[in-house]
Amino acid sequence: MDDERILSNLPASIDKRPSPDELLRRVQAEERRARRGRLKVFLGYASRVGKSFRMLDEGRRRKERGEDVVVAAIQFPLTPDLEALMATLEYIPVLRESYGGNEYEVLNVAAIFRRHPRVCLVDELAYDNPPGTRNPKRWQDVDNILDQGISVITAINLQHIEEQQDAVERITGKRALQTVPERFLRSADEIVLVDAAVDDMMQRATTLEPGDLRRRLSELRELALLLAADVIDGQLEGYLRAHGVELRWGSQERILVCITPRSDAAAMLRSGRRNADRFHGNLLVCYVQQSGLAAKDQATMDANLALAIELEADVHVLDGADPIDAIIRFAREQKVTQIFVGHSAPNRWSEMWSHSPVDRLIRAATDIDVRIFPHPQTL
Amino acid sequence: MSGPVEAPLSAAEPPLPKGRLKVFLGYAAGVGKTYQMLDEAQELRRKGVDVVVGYFEPHGRQDTIAKTAALEFISRKQIEYRGSVFEEMDVDAILRRRPAVCLVDEFAHTNVPGSPRLKRWEDVQLLLQAGIDVLTTLNVQHLESLNDEVWHITGVRVRETVPDWVVDAADEVVLVDLTAEALQNRLHRGVVYTADKAKKAMENFFTEANLTALREMALRHTAHEVEGRLSDLEAPARGLTPTARPAAQAPARHERILICLTERPSTAVLIRRGKRVADYLHADCLAVHVQRNSRSGGTGGRSGALEKHLTFARNLHIETHVLKGKDVARTIVDFAREQNITQIFLGRAGARGFWGGVGSTVHKVVRQARDREITVVAERLR
Repeated sequence: MDDERILSNLPASIDKRPSPDELLRRVQAEERRARRGRLKVFLGYASRVGKSFRMLDEGRRRKERGEDVVVAAIQFPLTPDLEALMATLEYIPVLRESYGGNEYEVLNVAAIFRRHPRVCLVDELAYDNPPGTRNPKRWQDVDNILDQGISVITAINLQHIEEQQDAVERITGKRALQTVPERFLRSADEIVLVDAAVDDMMQRATTLEPGDLRRRLSELRELALLLAADVIDGQLEGYLRAHGVELRWGSQERILVCITPRSDAAAMLRSGRRNADRFHGNLLVCYVQQSGLAAKDQATMDANLALAIELEADVHVLDGADPIDAIIRFAREQKVTQIFVGHSAPNRWSEMWSHSPVDRLIRAATDIDVRIFPHPQTL
Repeated sequence: MSGPVEAPLSAAEPPLPKGRLKVFLGYAAGVGKTYQMLDEAQELRRKGVDVVVGYFEPHGRQDTIAKTAALEFISRKQIEYRGSVFEEMDVDAILRRRPAVCLVDEFAHTNVPGSPRLKRWEDVQLLLQAGIDVLTTLNVQHLESLNDEVWHITGVRVRETVPDWVVDAADEVVLVDLTAEALQNRLHRGVVYTADKAKKAMENFFTEANLTALREMALRHTAHEVEGRLSDLEAPARGLTPTARPAAQAPARHERILICLTERPSTAVLIRRGKRVADYLHADCLAVHVQRNSRSGGTGGRSGALEKHLTFARNLHIETHVLKGKDVARTIVDFAREQNITQIFLGRAGARGFWGGVGSTVHKVVRQARDREITVVAERLR
């Protein structure tokens, strides 16, 4: 008990060492991971971008290096280059089943378990299985295969990721019938983006309607790149945490908008949102709790917070005797790259020769950009 | 000096259609940029396209060398410098040969002194102007705008940089992706470097954390390039862009960013940061330096440091201005109003100087330009 209190009172810099519980969790997770096969995903932004080729090519190279590799699913008919790769690899054919007038291709999980290769290649991760099979979804079969200590290399299109459906529908007007949850993708040990120039895809993309094809492909491509960047950012964070490495800022912009009842918060929040979107970064909003706020100021604050939430900002309420200290501490903790603050009121003559809170913030935030916004009364 | 090279056009001949530039973007040596570029060249050759290799750096990698089979090479040019012979791309020979497509490895390379142009990317501009399509390779850490981030993360200050506008002007930027783990495996197997060099590399630059961070940068930068080309297309139907949110759809005003230059070394960081923000916001970017009028007359010449910063800014396609004024802050603010600047970028100084508290230039600009946005840029130290 006493130890806990002492630990929790330690300054943040020392607090970073993992607790015994955390260490145990890590060891257990590590052990689970060591028993499980490794998952590698090739992510593409449209069909025929070359995911299957990359997957099979990796299988070929691994086999050449002496690994035991089999193919458990591949989409027929094969193009000549895929056919050449398949000729070098062992294949456990899928089971063909029909149900309710639909044809299904199901992984032969039992045969894969019996054969027990080191690496198994599975194309079209998003396929559904018919009722009455082991799992409703192919990705769940893959999950079972991984649990057997068999590594899986697989391929998927952005369009088939569950959480991307809204964004994909905005671009293509269509939702996918068969999807994989994003968390499964994020659980992968490795994710590789299969990129291709939009020009080269213009002739290959047969499943998209021709109207506005260049724009649609570009938007899907951007989405896939950002999703991959995001997954890798998570991996990087995990790695840094596990190794106790502290990076002041990474490659992602994080904008913190500080709101008070007196500043032009609405303009700052909108600008914050726009800037965060342009940088594909995160938007955070904070305000420092103040007691005895006048009713009018409280109403302004409430309206500002409502707007922050509408703008999908990550809103935080800070405590602290000194608001500037509280903001700086929070910003460093959150790896903020830009702080947005507003001038509080029009110029007062006395302020010309003294330090305002904004000055103090600028001075203290040596390692963060500070953007100061005009007060509406000066415009 | 090293600005964009423009070929003189005479009124008699219509200008040639410019060649197309395609960049294979990676995040480290060994991810497979050159391999993929050669793969594409082989496909072009099979289709009967007249493709040549203008410059290729084999690094002793057997699988890559094998990919050059049957491709035509243009001999390199030998240049003597301080008693040694260096080899560079022979631009004149390529122009004489005039292929449809030319491969140029290592876009960020700096030519040996005595070469006609300082940088290989400038050589490439000449090929493009002659109507030759160019395929080239580049690592993300060579982009000027990312120089400080790369240094912060890896501890390496990359010296050979390419201004972002050169890559922005490329017709296509394709990401060559490989996981950090796979790259480290390649290093272990000696595919990328010889054993001792690989060991050293993995202890320094090629750590898993560095490689992963650089890889994320490459993905994000490619997304940025895709988006830049998207905004060149016709305006989308409302609500089509993935980031559209109803509340954020207030029409974005046209931003103009002004960077205030001083002689301090940290001005380079300020310029890169201001330009990067301007690029992401699709804003105009200007830079200004104010020379203080002294009562004794002669303001003296500009210092070498300032000249360097001005040249650096111009190379990044930033419009530069040098003004004179008694009051530096006042001059900056007046200029900002006159130029309809929406955001002023200022650096912070060490203990004394630009930000010395009350009465310093930052303090005064923050007070006097209360009608515009002001960004005081962080010191990006390690």
